[in-house]
Amino acid sequence: MSLISCENLSFAYEGVTVLHGLNFEIEQGNYLCIMGENGAGKSTLMKGLLGLKKPSGGKVTFGEDLRAREIGYLPQQTPVQKDFPASVWEVVLSGCLSGMGLRPFYSKAEKDRAVRNMQALEIMDLKDRCYRDLSGGQQQRVLLARALCATRKVILLDEPVAGLDPLVTINMYKLIERINREMGITVIMVSHDIQAATRYASHILHLGEDRQLFFGTREDYRHSAAYHSFMDGEKAVHIWKKAAVQEEKKRSGGTRAAAAAKTQKEAETESPAPEAVQKGGKA
Amino acid sequence: MLHLIAEMFTYPFMVRALCMGVLVALCAAVLGVTLVLKRYSMIGDGLSHVGFGALAIATAMNAAPLAVAIPVVIVAAFLLLRLTENSKIKGDAAIALISTGSLAVGVMVVSMTTGMNTDVYNYLFGSILSMSQEDVVLTGVVSAAIMILFVFFYHRIFAVTFDETFARATGLNARLYNMVIALLTALVIVVGMRMMGSLLISSLVVFPAVTSMRTCTTFRSVMIASAIVSAVCLVAGLIISYLYAAPTGASIVLCNIAAFIAFAAVQKGRECLQSDRKSI
Repeated sequence: MSLISCENLSFAYEGVTVLHGLNFEIEQGNYLCIMGENGAGKSTLMKGLLGLKKPSGGKVTFGEDLRAREIGYLPQQTPVQKDFPASVWEVVLSGCLSGMGLRPFYSKAEKDRAVRNMQALEIMDLKDRCYRDLSGGQQQRVLLARALCATRKVILLDEPVAGLDPLVTINMYKLIERINREMGITVIMVSHDIQAATRYASHILHLGEDRQLFFGTREDYRHSAAYHSFMDGEKAVHIWKKAAVQEEKKRSGGTRAAAAAKTQKEAETESPAPEAVQKGGKA
Repeated sequence: MLHLIAEMFTYPFMVRALCMGVLVALCAAVLGVTLVLKRYSMIGDGLSHVGFGALAIATAMNAAPLAVAIPVVIVAAFLLLRLTENSKIKGDAAIALISTGSLAVGVMVVSMTTGMNTDVYNYLFGSILSMSQEDVVLTGVVSAAIMILFVFFYHRIFAVTFDETFARATGLNARLYNMVIALLTALVIVVGMRMMGSLLISSLVVFPAVTSMRTCTTFRSVMIASAIVSAVCLVAGLIISYLYAAPTGASIVLCNIAAFIAFAAVQKGRECLQSDRKSI
């Protein structure tokens, strides 16, 4: 059974559907990257997975040994946190609260867990530093350690490299990869960064407008229209037209094969549609 | 001077004021840290005005002031919290509406019944003379309850303050803890209002927290420093008010201003030292 599976999932705000027809599965150990432009519904889907927003249709099923509240979450930073007086230790430890039930104070087990996660992310030396005095990359590591404290299986990262400089970004991606490979933790990452997604992720979910444009492995994604709409408009149009031709062939059988072949030829020579160019340009 | 201070504590009402004041100051200070960090500083101010309205009505109806004020202010606190969470009227506007609205109701009730007498004046600006033995007992009980609840929920309140989305995503009932914070704030405001006055009570909530945030770098140390600053300023203010026959609430706020300036200076000094070290 999959760790998380979504069937025909849809979300709506005040009756207006913003996302529909989502079908995908996440297996233990996967590294799923959720792609899409601004307003494509990435954040909505994320809230849905975290149980912060109820789906308007379909359902999310969690595997037997995963409860909905066991997803570690790395949110985007809020303005409140910028000048928040808290030590790194206090922040990381607060990730352990979810498993404590009604017990008011941390036990040795929780403290050990926080220490282990801090060691894994190499931030043990920051333990007594003030969170607001850290650099952006260090702050992300601290929040990542907190997310790891809240889970044993899955972490969900919301644009983890937003606002980081290039070198720190690379380190952050490597760190996430290590968490995925070495600690065996399933990673779900929301991102704009298609380069990183196709490099590190095992699976890609691409959202567009209000629906799912692509879900599958990274290899398949490289050949999909959704990928090329991001990377290169011309090729996307080509793939779309090719698909349309095949569809046509299937429907009409042999009789109109010649006409279809002609369309295909046109597709190869025709310049890309302006809309597709625009999309490619944005990416 | 020392014998004047010694003399001051021979008066039972001064001892009462001191005990009550310190308890309220401690509670207000620790809660204030959360409120300031959550950007809810003005909630205290709004609630104190609601408290004034409730006290005015209680006086008009000859009811026990606190028995009326406590439930009314608690309801207002929940209402404000809900308004800030999900409504078309945004947080600060909602507070302004409720605060000035209840002040107006209070003033109206006062002018139609008793008129501007000493009682009303005391509600606005506070008085240490207005406190009875029962008030002290009630304050003691309420403060103890606040402290116990706060200690019990301390880590959860930290989590909800630092990052509410994360807290909710990992299964913490953020709404419940926000309610707890609102409830405790309402209690502190009503209890502290008798002494500080409804116009000045929110300073007890905001000043110590902002002051201690100048120099402290961990949540726990901010809490502790805030409590200490608050208690020290209260005692100092009380003594000044006795020595110079000054209004109590205002003296305490002035002490808090002095503490804020001192802490800010220390922060500035530290920053200068650090940048010097860096430039070398």
